[in-house]
Amino acid sequence: MTGNRVISVRNLVKKFGSFTANDNLNFDVYEGEIFGFLGANGAGKTTALRILSGLSAPTSGEVMVAGYDATKESEMIKRNIGYMCQKFSLYEDLTVRENIMLYGGIYGMSRQLIREQEQKLLNRLNFNEFRNRVISDLPLGLRQKLAFSVALLHQPKIIFLDEPTGGVDPITRRQFWEMIYETASAGITIFVTTHYMDEAEYCDRVCIMNEGRIVALDTPENLKKQYNALNVEEVFIKIARPLKETV
Amino acid sequence: MKRFLAFVKKEFLHIFRDIRTLIIIFGIPVAQILIFGFVVRTDIKNAGVAIMDLSQDDVSRKLTDKIISSGFFLNTGYLSNYTEIETEFRKGNTRAVLIFGKDFGRNLTREGKAVMSIIADGSDPNAATLITNYTMAIVRDFNIDIAGPALSGSGVIVPEVKMFYNPNLQSHFTFVPGVITLILILICALMTSVTISREKEFGTMEVLLVSPLRPVQIILGKVTPYFLLSFINVILILLLSWIVFDLPVKGSLVLLLAETMLYILMSLSLGILISTISDTMQQAIFISFLGLMLPTIILSGFIFPIENMHQVYNLVSMIVPPRYFIVIIKNIMIKGTGLMFVWKETLILLLMTIFFISVSIRKFRLRLE
Repeated sequence: MTGNRVISVRNLVKKFGSFTANDNLNFDVYEGEIFGFLGANGAGKTTALRILSGLSAPTSGEVMVAGYDATKESEMIKRNIGYMCQKFSLYEDLTVRENIMLYGGIYGMSRQLIREQEQKLLNRLNFNEFRNRVISDLPLGLRQKLAFSVALLHQPKIIFLDEPTGGVDPITRRQFWEMIYETASAGITIFVTTHYMDEAEYCDRVCIMNEGRIVALDTPENLKKQYNALNVEEVFIKIARPLKETV
Repeated sequence: MKRFLAFVKKEFLHIFRDIRTLIIIFGIPVAQILIFGFVVRTDIKNAGVAIMDLSQDDVSRKLTDKIISSGFFLNTGYLSNYTEIETEFRKGNTRAVLIFGKDFGRNLTREGKAVMSIIADGSDPNAATLITNYTMAIVRDFNIDIAGPALSGSGVIVPEVKMFYNPNLQSHFTFVPGVITLILILICALMTSVTISREKEFGTMEVLLVSPLRPVQIILGKVTPYFLLSFINVILILLLSWIVFDLPVKGSLVLLLAETMLYILMSLSLGILISTISDTMQQAIFISFLGLMLPTIILSGFIFPIENMHQVYNLVSMIVPPRYFIVIIKNIMIKGTGLMFVWKETLILLLMTIFFISVSIRKFRLRLE
């Protein structure tokens, strides 16, 4: 993979007291890449994601995101990234339009720009009729798509998706991934955590974490070859299980 | 600033979209003021009055007639002995007993002055106050009547008021200060803690934290609408108590509003503190009710006078902020005193506010790590 590095992590360590959540992580993510972050609960995914999105500072190591240092310039990182989490990121009691105005507002966009982006977004999603509807009236699939689009409203360089397809039906998941591809082809980097192993196949590269360490990092094809597996799920089982059993 | 305003706008949308929130903010205070007001202030029309006329002279009979025929009172009987007073009150219909002593008439003509006693049932302090005030007004009126035709002065009747059951008339008109104290802590602390923990519960807090909004902006954005609405609320309550119950603010309105702002600030910081220790709305509501509402009702002096509390409770009440605010607001509203008399309580509230704000900001930061 070539191109500009948008995320670069060197010797990242994060400790909570005596517990080491991230143990010496090293990886790069490139522009326009779909980077999958895999791992069981408690493997250290969330901790790493919080550091990358400027929510918490690393204990040691160097983390650069969108050209800014995560230790000193977390404010600048926040301005240049988008974020969508597993739980719902839109306000259910507000209308589609009010949610858009809010996100545009807190990202410091001008009224004019918000209006332009809003129109583009609604056209793209075929959402014009829902403009003044309250979010809780919309079906889950539509909400998910809208949440993703709203997270892109301020045109970030990187978007972090924290288990974005949790609790969504397969068809919506497929449509959602189409949106992800479209976004990536426009040059926006996608950093996605997931526990659906079939989704890992859609990623350009996959990083598997276990007990705070990175245990594998490559394209899905190479990983399958290397571990002689049919799919990423098998890879994951082969990597994660033996390690767990030795502990 | 623009980011902040966009956020505050959203908070207002949440409030105005949720009818339940609106009811809590504006419905409850109005209902409480009206309910407390009307329940406490039983109608003075046809209040039961018993007469004990041991003098049985011309003047005492005339005064009795004047009082009974005023329309405010209803004669519930005649007593002939002091021992009958308590039994009369126990029956429940009589709210006051008017007593003319044996030598009432003689004193009036010989010494130009006679004492009549009004003994009121102090267990209902507001009614007792109203009844004695009305009676005294009638007696004053009567004094002018009898002084008029006979300028030589047949004498002056001096009414003497005594309370049965509750001699000091505690809790006199304290419901308005009490309600303000309670409502503010309810709205500010409960609502802020709920609104912040709601963001946590729904996962939207993460999104806000990842945004360029600073944590301080998020907190301020959360409390700003409640600060404004609470302030409007106080003005509403004051207007209501003035118009409906004729209870104006005796002291400085500016001082009262300034003290109120301090108390609102204190309650808001308490709300933030509660939200940092609760992860769901349910928890926030539970902690607010148990930790704030009950102490406010029971330990602040709102209903039970602090002087009568057991020493242990009295000590516990020292750390209940509403206790101090009630003293301040009662002083300014009812007694009309100035900052000179409430500076100690103000200082305590100020220190408490600073303490809560610093603790909650530290706790909020800690959560981010």
